[in-house]
Amino acid sequence: MIRIEPRQATSHCLKYGVPVVSAIVALALAAIPLALAGANIATAYREMFSGVFGSVFAFSEMLTRATPLIFTGLAAAIAFRARLWNIGAEGQLYLGAMAAVAVGTGFLDVPGFILLPLIIICGAAAGAAGMAVPTFLRTRFGADEVVTTLLLNFIILIFLQMMLEGPIKDPMGLGWPQSPPILDQGMLPPLIDRMRVHSGLVLAIVAAIIAQFLLVRSVWGFRLRAVGENASAARHAGIGVNRLLFSVAIVSGALAGLAGVGEVAGLKGYLTADLSPGFGYTGIVVAMLAGLSPAGVVVSALFIASVFVGADSMSRAMGVSSYLADLVVSMSLLCVLVGGFFARFRIVRTRAAAGGA
Amino acid sequence: MASEKVLSLNGLSKRFGSIVANKDVNLSLHRGEVLALLGENGAGKTTLMNMLFGHYLPDEGSVEVADEGGTLQPLPLGQPQAAIAAGVGMVHQHFTLAENLNALDNIVLGSEDLRAFRRNRAAARGKISDIMKRSGLTAPLDVPVGRLSVGERQRVEILKALYRDVRILVLDEPTAVLTPQEADTLFENIGAMARDGLSVIFISHKLREVLAFSHRIAVLRHGVNVGEIATADADERTIARMMVGADTERAERSAMEPGAPVLSLRDIRVPGRSERDTLDIPELEVRSHEIVGIAGVSGNGQAALAGVISGTVQPQSGTIAIGGDAVRECSPTTMIHLGVGRIPEDRHHDGIVGSMSVAENMVIERLDDQEVQKNGLLRREAIARNAERLAEAYDVRGPGIQAPARLLSGGNIQKLILARVFEEAPKLILANQPTRGLDMGAAAEVARRLLDARSRGAGIILISEDLDEVLGLADRILVIHDGKLGAAHARDRETIGLMMAGEMA
Repeated sequence: MIRIEPRQATSHCLKYGVPVVSAIVALALAAIPLALAGANIATAYREMFSGVFGSVFAFSEMLTRATPLIFTGLAAAIAFRARLWNIGAEGQLYLGAMAAVAVGTGFLDVPGFILLPLIIICGAAAGAAGMAVPTFLRTRFGADEVVTTLLLNFIILIFLQMMLEGPIKDPMGLGWPQSPPILDQGMLPPLIDRMRVHSGLVLAIVAAIIAQFLLVRSVWGFRLRAVGENASAARHAGIGVNRLLFSVAIVSGALAGLAGVGEVAGLKGYLTADLSPGFGYTGIVVAMLAGLSPAGVVVSALFIASVFVGADSMSRAMGVSSYLADLVVSMSLLCVLVGGFFARFRIVRTRAAAGGA
Repeated sequence: MASEKVLSLNGLSKRFGSIVANKDVNLSLHRGEVLALLGENGAGKTTLMNMLFGHYLPDEGSVEVADEGGTLQPLPLGQPQAAIAAGVGMVHQHFTLAENLNALDNIVLGSEDLRAFRRNRAAARGKISDIMKRSGLTAPLDVPVGRLSVGERQRVEILKALYRDVRILVLDEPTAVLTPQEADTLFENIGAMARDGLSVIFISHKLREVLAFSHRIAVLRHGVNVGEIATADADERTIARMMVGADTERAERSAMEPGAPVLSLRDIRVPGRSERDTLDIPELEVRSHEIVGIAGVSGNGQAALAGVISGTVQPQSGTIAIGGDAVRECSPTTMIHLGVGRIPEDRHHDGIVGSMSVAENMVIERLDDQEVQKNGLLRREAIARNAERLAEAYDVRGPGIQAPARLLSGGNIQKLILARVFEEAPKLILANQPTRGLDMGAAAEVARRLLDARSRGAGIILISEDLDEVLGLADRILVIHDGKLGAAHARDRETIGLMMAGEMA
């Protein structure tokens, strides 16, 4: 007979091993659709690998892709640790991008050392506002933030499309629904010459380090963990749960907004309605894969970005659909969830009791 | 009463980790007998019955149940199906009914093939109405169970057991949720069924119903049989002594002159879900050097009273003063700052954050303290030093101060909470069910700490369903019933028991 029982304590080996094994299993499982698509599996994996590590350019492309994922991954990780289910990073990303465009495209013609921080602050503030509203609705009226943040994503996207057809449409854009470009001095400087990877990556990594530090070492992080793990005991101990959730919402939304700032002011230069191929949603996978640890988010964002970039390049080389990347990312989430189960429970074989069942 | 034995538990033992729930327990039951199984919380009554019913596998011992011919047969252990097949039925304290199905479906569910049931619905209904007629237990069969009253649901549970042709029926605290009238009717029905040949074991800690409705009483204490007595020979005092034990070390309470008031409540009203748990206190005062015990049946407004003093419940009206300071905004933070130490009723749910470390849980109520933080950053060395010191002083044992608090045993979790509370030298202590589920050692420790705090000058509110605890510790006893407090005019079980049942004089 097999019985499932909770583990007393999760060892470090298990804690760090589960995500790594999940990622490897997900990659291995990708062989099945690859084989079904008729590709040579060994070649496909080689192409995927060289698509990320084959050249400085390939590697820099991966870092470029990882940048917004670190931000949205942090947004999800911080919120989820407090059991605030922010599914709205996608919308907050666009709010951040809109704010960046609003102040960065000529509304203010000031030097870069003023404009750039201003763009960053406004983008973060817009994202924060985007999460503050559903959090207010939850703490005040008990509205489930899973629903409100998710639905806000679509509202914000439609609002963006409306703006791109109207007030922020680029008059020089040949009729395309896109914003005017961010002023040159407002752009996040590139990290390597002639490559797309920009200083938003540095910002993202610094944000992850700060978040990790605050979570473990600060009183705010203490309160956040307490509220997330046992809100009732936290409340009993005098921790203002609603106030804490608000501060978490601000931080989480701001991080998602920064993802939008990075994409607009670091990469594209102007805003379109297809700025993000679902970075907000992928951020949730990144956070889960990282076990909701801010430091882990950096690693898992690099992994997920590698999968995307590698699969893209592989699909170009071998004529296999690039949707494979989405498949691997989804499978790694499933593997993490299954792996998380084994980290929390163990399977025990028991002797059948005398007489048989 | 027939002397034919229908059940024999032989030397059953069960341990959970380091806790011995049952040790070498023997129990027998005769045909047509109603046996009351008595004992304090945590005495091992429910564990014993769960072993009989196959929910737990005993570490040692055996169970024999009479077959239809009346000869005792060994029962395969750890298998509920075997117990059901042998004619043992159990009604749990918490109902196990599907609320969206009607009573008929609930009763038949699990005992018959579903397809056959479709054909035999009429037959099932016939059998049930027959059982209802014989037992006197009635319940509407065609109404979804979710719409039935608690008493009706319980009858459905019992009918469900009877439908399976049980010869032995186990009832775990059947009257905990019933009104006194419902309880009396239930026991009259049980008596009728026993005369019909059913053998019944019921778990209770209400002495009155045990004395009124059982034939024989078996008492468990700390997982061991401490005695059996024919109900005819028993009275409240003898049973109470058996339950609590002559060897109980009662903490010594010396006489003390109460000092200045540390808590005064005036005209406090907290609306509940029903009239029964609506708190309405015109006046309550607790003074220093004084333990005020609040006795009462669970669900009579204790939660609201504890909530008001803890700061988690905002009263609708009224005033609160702690040590002379009027409380303007009722919140846990305010109460902590005013010097209220709170020992919550549900220590796992409200007392600790299980996944955080023992050290972190020890400072969770004083995160603004300069010893704990500096400029918003935790002072981890100081937090660890504090934890080492408190673990030593309050004898908190476990896998270490950096281990998650949930790994501690119940008694050690309570000691952690005591350390956190008492270390702040509170003016007022709210102890809500402070010894529930604790072993004797830990319970005695809690009592000793409370008395120490009283000597130091704290005022203490002790809310407890354990009347012995209240009698042993409290300087003044109040009884809570339907959200109203009444002073006990005499310190004896009977007077207080009557008041707990609502007979306020």
